[in-house]
Amino acid sequence: MNWTAIWLTIKLASLTSAVLMVIGLPIAYWVSFSRWRWKFLVESVVALPLVLPPTVLGFYILVAIGPHSPLGALYTDLVGHPLPFTFEGLLLASVLYSLPFAVQPFASAFDQVDRRVIEASWTLGVSKLNTFFKLIIPLSSTGLITGAVLSFAHTLGEFGVVLMVGGNIEGVTRTVSIDIYDEVQVLNYAGAAKTAAFLLVLSYAVLMVVYAMNRKVWAAWPKK
Amino acid sequence: MIIDILKSFPERPPIAANLRYPVDRATVLVLFGPSGSGKTTILRSIAGLEWPERGYIQFLSQTWLDTAHGIRVAPQARKIGYMSQDYALFPPYTVAGNIAYGLGDLGAQERKRRVSETVDLLQLQGLEDRKPQELSGGQQQRVALARAISRRPQMLLLDEPFSALDGPTRVQLRDDLRRLLTQLALPSIIVTHDLTEALTFGDLIAVMGTGRVLQIGPPQEVFSRPNNAEVAQVVGVETVIQGSVIEQADGLATVRVNGATVKGLGANPVGSPVLVCIRAEDVVLGQTGSGMTSARNHLAGKVTDVVPQGVMVRVTVDCGFSIVALVTRGAMDDLGLHVGSPVTAAMKAGVVSVIPR
Repeated sequence: MNWTAIWLTIKLASLTSAVLMVIGLPIAYWVSFSRWRWKFLVESVVALPLVLPPTVLGFYILVAIGPHSPLGALYTDLVGHPLPFTFEGLLLASVLYSLPFAVQPFASAFDQVDRRVIEASWTLGVSKLNTFFKLIIPLSSTGLITGAVLSFAHTLGEFGVVLMVGGNIEGVTRTVSIDIYDEVQVLNYAGAAKTAAFLLVLSYAVLMVVYAMNRKVWAAWPKK
Repeated sequence: MIIDILKSFPERPPIAANLRYPVDRATVLVLFGPSGSGKTTILRSIAGLEWPERGYIQFLSQTWLDTAHGIRVAPQARKIGYMSQDYALFPPYTVAGNIAYGLGDLGAQERKRRVSETVDLLQLQGLEDRKPQELSGGQQQRVALARAISRRPQMLLLDEPFSALDGPTRVQLRDDLRRLLTQLALPSIIVTHDLTEALTFGDLIAVMGTGRVLQIGPPQEVFSRPNNAEVAQVVGVETVIQGSVIEQADGLATVRVNGATVKGLGANPVGSPVLVCIRAEDVVLGQTGSGMTSARNHLAGKVTDVVPQGVMVRVTVDCGFSIVALVTRGAMDDLGLHVGSPVTAAMKAGVVSVIPR
């Protein structure tokens, strides 16, 4: 088993989830609370990575952050090296790729929060921002954990985007799924099988957590 | 208080409400009307939760909304206590947490003192650590009230405070709320479609039709002298008079009204001031001295007014106070009634409601 790749993948997935927690929450809040009539345009953009082939998404990200684009040129000026084929570039791509897996559960959790409860908070003199932290976050905790876990799990298994944006650099951008592909290419089926099994077990465990959290009734558990 | 707002809806008639009344330290205004008449929208506009397209709202010297000058004061800055129909308690917080929720600008010590003071006032002792889900409907209502008043708001807005409760709890809590409002002496606005509630709480009653305020005035005036047929139809009661209880026996109160006595349903203690309400349909007219009936009330008087209303006739009788009866034309003719004729107005005690004031 390639522990370097596994460690790198887990690091990438955790950081992606963390970044999505920070940028996903305001996006989800806006999606849930805005009454702008063209809101669906933004919602569609957020959901785009769900349907777009990863290679297409990866291609555009690669072009957008490459040294020939204004964005990429700026980054190269600031940091001293271009963004593609680095861990940071891969992280950026993963965040975009997993965006809907965080934003959609967040937004649907916010949708579930009773608006009258939020209004009650406002009439008690509590600002919109404080209402968000004091009331909306605690009331949507399950959705927030679901979003974090799903974006983590989704990042674990990405392949096309990683290949396009990250390349295949040992210890920098070679994630588990690429490692498995490499092993198969050199006909090392035993090595591929072990890593694949590890990824399967990890993904299953993560999803179990999500579904268990969303389960309303634990028949066997005593009520609190 | 000045409220003048216009708010339209895609599939409902617009709400164009205009009302103004002087706010005293403790004036309670009741917005009374059928459901869909726009009461809640008006209340939410006053709270700052609904934004009318056009409008002006002023409380004392504060302008809360003035669309002509782009003034829109946020709900946070209005310093009001607002209670919605379903109470909207905060599920993640305990009872004490709910009450303390809006007290973030107070110091910890002061906040604690304020919470325990409010808990005492609303008799929530022992429930401080419960979560809202673990409370009965009546307890939830008291917590919602406690939360609304703990910040010492300058005005209290209550939307159908009893609609989520069942019968017996309702009556009990109505008395409690009445006492609380007297104690707090806060200007309040209460939305209700329940006649008894309107009469119990309102110093002033604003009767709502579809999206409009039809009439505003003290309860006796609004109910006894409706401006027009629409108001009369909404309120549905023709006689409302002030009196005081002189005798009480098993829920049957005898009330002294302007020299006459009326028996009606009400557990009000002797000496308490009350409003007596009688529907015109429930009043039976008869010739004076025509003998006993099972009705507990026989009031002798003189006819002062006769107004035909379709097949029916509205007859006003003065028997120490004015009482309105609705009788058929045929009955009128048989009794030979005209202005000035002596007559007896009879009604069963069961149709006379005696409401504490």
